[in-house]
Amino acid sequence: MSTDKKILIANGQGFWGDSLLGPLRLVKEGPLNYLTLDYLAEVTMSIMQRQKERNPDAGYATDFVDMLREILPTCKEKGIKVIANAGGVNPKGCRNAIQAVVKELGLTGVKVGIVEGDDILEQLPELIKSGESFKNLDNGDALDTVLSRLSSANVYIGAKPIADALAQGADIVITGRATDPSLVLAPLIYEFGWSMEDYDKLAAGTVMGHILECGPQCTGGNYNDWRNVPNFARIGYPIAEASADGSFVITKHDGTGGLVNVDTVTSQLLYELGDPKNYLGPDCTSDFTTIRLAEDGKDRVRVSGIKGSAPTPTYKVSMSYANGYKIVGQLTYTGPDAIEKAQLGAEILFERVGMYGKEIPEQDRFVELFGTNVCYKGIVKQPEEPAEVMLRVGAKSDDKALLNILGRELAPLITSGPVGVTGFAAGRPRPAEIVGYWPALIDKNKVTTTVLVEEV
Amino acid sequence: MAKVKLMDVAIARSGDKGDGSNVGIKANTPEIYQYLVENLSIARVKQHFSEICFGDIQRYELPNLQALNFILEDSLGGGGTETLIMDAQGKVHGLALLHMEMDIPDALLTGQTK
Repeated sequence: MSTDKKILIANGQGFWGDSLLGPLRLVKEGPLNYLTLDYLAEVTMSIMQRQKERNPDAGYATDFVDMLREILPTCKEKGIKVIANAGGVNPKGCRNAIQAVVKELGLTGVKVGIVEGDDILEQLPELIKSGESFKNLDNGDALDTVLSRLSSANVYIGAKPIADALAQGADIVITGRATDPSLVLAPLIYEFGWSMEDYDKLAAGTVMGHILECGPQCTGGNYNDWRNVPNFARIGYPIAEASADGSFVITKHDGTGGLVNVDTVTSQLLYELGDPKNYLGPDCTSDFTTIRLAEDGKDRVRVSGIKGSAPTPTYKVSMSYANGYKIVGQLTYTGPDAIEKAQLGAEILFERVGMYGKEIPEQDRFVELFGTNVCYKGIVKQPEEPAEVMLRVGAKSDDKALLNILGRELAPLITSGPVGVTGFAAGRPRPAEIVGYWPALIDKNKVTTTVLVEEV
Repeated sequence: MAKVKLMDVAIARSGDKGDGSNVGIKANTPEIYQYLVENLSIARVKQHFSEICFGDIQRYELPNLQALNFILEDSLGGGGTETLIMDAQGKVHGLALLHMEMDIPDALLTGQTK
């Protein structure tokens, strides 16, 4: 292997629901070796679990398959490999859908790899019997309190099985719950032959993944100096130009909008960061206080110096459980006396709901007067008397029917409450299920991942 | 000494962490970073977010990035999927911190603010 070998890795999807333009433009507008995509938020798995219960072929990110239909011919032509955690709770179902797309496009010789073993929902009883407590990582609560209401349980797996799938020739790798940085670290392990004990390099790949994982949030998106960001509409999604020694350059395709400088990259390094010296991942612990950044030409930032250490003996587990329902609706009140009228509107609403026979307890009610500094509460001086405020009103309850009454009684406030109400265009709000999030740990020895690569 | 808003001498980004948020702030210069290390205390930040953050605050230093990272526990009205508040993920907590005014020595500011 030549030491100046460079691998180009991009992230085209920062979250489930990100723009389709990201991946489309990344594969078309310049050179690329790997396209990674993140589809799984913390609550996504429980939604997918429910889809799979209704239909055994479902339970994966269908958006991914639709997107793949658009980019696959270009990927095939340019040799771009795709890595995505789009498998949800059914990587095999996702693979079958990809197979159909490959056939539809008339392509041949496409190898799809799937990584499984993260979904431990069915094994939970035996894992608990074997001594795993799955105590809540945030508050120490025992799992018993939610066990009967669990809707998903997935281990955040690391980069190794994904790298194995690439080594077996996969052009597309689909995982269930893998960490975002693992999707980026895996091709580095495969391309440069990095050892799983070379913690500095694994940490470098992890930091690269952290910078890329929210897409254009490191290329000028959500950046303080927004006036100086050129051409937001055509913002370039991020690309890392990786070297075998673990150093890399964050950049974007030539001619795209946005901006890459030390500040845009630093902003993203700080995003959702905890203890910077102990950034825990499945493959290593990374030390963010060792990262060195330097500008390396226009829209290029060199990242180097990263130190890592051995990972913990546990994997993080993400579980979700049914935790009742919530509802929130909105009405706009105009002045004079907008605040007073909005407050009265909320009081009337809760009293009327009670007239159906059941009160919503005080502590479950929610009232927010948007336009009175709700985002900067206590920080920016509140305007004395705003010309308009938006009443956001709602509640939480285990009783869905009760919340439906609240939803139904919102619009009548327009004709039967104080004057100056508008803005009901969003329609009647509906109760939504609250998906509770339960983070926990599991002994690594009790998790087995499997890799299957097949030509589809 | 001049009264300066942090947004004139630093940038910030925030996001959710469970039922809390993290706020990372990066100083525009090493001198301002040193000033923030000495003066942007947990108590100061707690006071600033007194009507938003109802839990403990942790502070971490990243001198390599000229940055401080704050964890604001219980700052999202329940957090994650439970909360009903507008800024459910603490997306604007970064800008909220940059609204803080501090008395910064003129010597640190000469040619340093953006």
